[in-house]
Amino acid sequence: MANVPQTVASPVGSPIAQTARKGWAFAREAPLLPMVILASILFLAIFADLLPLHDPEVSVKDKLTGRPVAGTLPPAWMDGGTWRMPLGTDFQSRDILSRVIYGARVSLIVGLVGTLAAGAIGTVLGMLAGYMGKWWDQVIMRITDAWLALPTLIFAIFLASIRGAGLWNIVIILTLVFWSRYARQVRAEVLSLRERDFVKLAEVTGASRVRIMLKHILPNVMNTVMVLFSLTIGVAIIIEASLSFLGVGVPPPTPAWGLMMADGKGPLIGGDWWISVFPGIAIMLLVLAANLLGDWLRVRLDPQLRNR
Amino acid sequence: MKRFVLSRVFYSILTLWILTVIIFTMVRLTGDPALLLSEYPGASEADLMAIRENWGLNESWITQYRKFVGNVFQGDFGRSFQFGVSVTDIYFQRLPNSLQLAAAAFIISIVIGVPLGIISAVKLDSWWDNIGKLVALLGLAIPGFFVALVLILIFGVKLDWLPVIGKGDHFWDVKYLLMPSFALGWYFAGSMLRLTRSSMLEVLGSDYVKLARLKGVPEWVVISKHAFKNAMIPIVTLAGLQLVLMINVAVVIEVIFQWPGVGSLILGGLTGRDFPVVQGSLLMAGAMIVGVNLALDILYAYVDPRIRLSG
Repeated sequence: MANVPQTVASPVGSPIAQTARKGWAFAREAPLLPMVILASILFLAIFADLLPLHDPEVSVKDKLTGRPVAGTLPPAWMDGGTWRMPLGTDFQSRDILSRVIYGARVSLIVGLVGTLAAGAIGTVLGMLAGYMGKWWDQVIMRITDAWLALPTLIFAIFLASIRGAGLWNIVIILTLVFWSRYARQVRAEVLSLRERDFVKLAEVTGASRVRIMLKHILPNVMNTVMVLFSLTIGVAIIIEASLSFLGVGVPPPTPAWGLMMADGKGPLIGGDWWISVFPGIAIMLLVLAANLLGDWLRVRLDPQLRNR
Repeated sequence: MKRFVLSRVFYSILTLWILTVIIFTMVRLTGDPALLLSEYPGASEADLMAIRENWGLNESWITQYRKFVGNVFQGDFGRSFQFGVSVTDIYFQRLPNSLQLAAAAFIISIVIGVPLGIISAVKLDSWWDNIGKLVALLGLAIPGFFVALVLILIFGVKLDWLPVIGKGDHFWDVKYLLMPSFALGWYFAGSMLRLTRSSMLEVLGSDYVKLARLKGVPEWVVISKHAFKNAMIPIVTLAGLQLVLMINVAVVIEVIFQWPGVGSLILGGLTGRDFPVVQGSLLMAGAMIVGVNLALDILYAYVDPRIRLSG
């Protein structure tokens, strides 16, 4: 195979093309509804700057007078609304539609990066605990147990009061909160993998422990990690929203869904519902799509569940 | 069995001990409470030192930690920096409110989750099953605080049926309890439904249920007696954990409805850097969860010999 000239495309294509094709075939099997929701949210979040939107962080100005338009304007289809601000404005006259769209960035970054980082740390620690055993196992698992003894949200608030408000701080907080879930699951999986023949054989041939963990154990726990990853994203997004809602998450004026809902709580009691409700629906759609995909992935990757 | 129980108790105590170290260290990383609590921003360094000395913050961390753990063993969490009274007093004054909210939310989650889960499993792929799936999905996808806000909008503002904040003067002021407990129980109803459904499905596919059917036992007896009774074990496990979680994770709901529970005590303690309050209430939360897990482990081992022999 090594002698095949680069210019002649082999029938299977390069490894990258192969992986891409496999990935695409995999994605085509995925359920349609959550894929469409996720794709549209991703699209809007990435290209928000190119869309004809008002600035999410400053009040919308009246075209004639140049002064800010009225605050808490209702959505366009209600009395007093205009199509310039389709979903209305908040009490600082900022455009809700634009804030909801830009807010997707915060939720996506926090949800994806936070759970990925937590997954990486948790997987490494879980593998070390499960494969190395002895003191590694005792120390890592005792800390993991203590870590899991605090309720997620309370722990996140606790960490938030150390790190202070800020987008990347929330990412760090979610990483610190969620690694323990991965560690526990991965360790359990490694404990049974360790006894399997292919690991024993690798040990007999003199492979180093690091090599066994990377080449033989890691590929076999990836399914578990991926399922856990997809099921944790939704929780992470809700935790971020809760932190922002409580005022210890992303600082204003950044558009974040939890923050917008907190802003809208006062007006809501006066009957002006749109400030809180639209970001709430956005959270719901995103988490719903993430969970649906997670469920599908769980069934797809676990042969025992496939026929249920 | 005895060996199993002893080893589990040992590990639980070890976990709690590590937890005290984590909580103690982290709470000290949140900042200097003296700076926050000195009334004037321009308070002199001598004033701050006096405050720190008053609270025992000028001592080394090791001394402070030794005192903290020593007091915990005597059931004393120290005095609140903010309120000047014993943390145990404040905590146990708040705890009944949290218990009340959690109990109501718990009942709601069971009432929604369990029957719907059973019907979904029995009438697989029917309309009931679809409704069940939808409730389970929405339960996990709609954050409790959004449910709370929508409830306030509908029942508090538009219909004006229910009060939107507070907990009322009497323990039995149920109308104050309805919205917060539904908002809190919503999430747990979803997971309860999922578990009931999958647990029922597993049991319904088992041989003894098939045998009961072959014998001609009426279908409702099969479902209620043979299937549900055996599907109960994981449901009870989850229920126990959820009740404890509900006491401790209601922060956001408590803040929205201004419900004076444990969650808002922790939040207030953290924002005010009230170390004793934070240490005490977090340790209590941890102790509850570790305690329930321990009880469940032992219960399981009692029911299933395979577990106690392997562990």
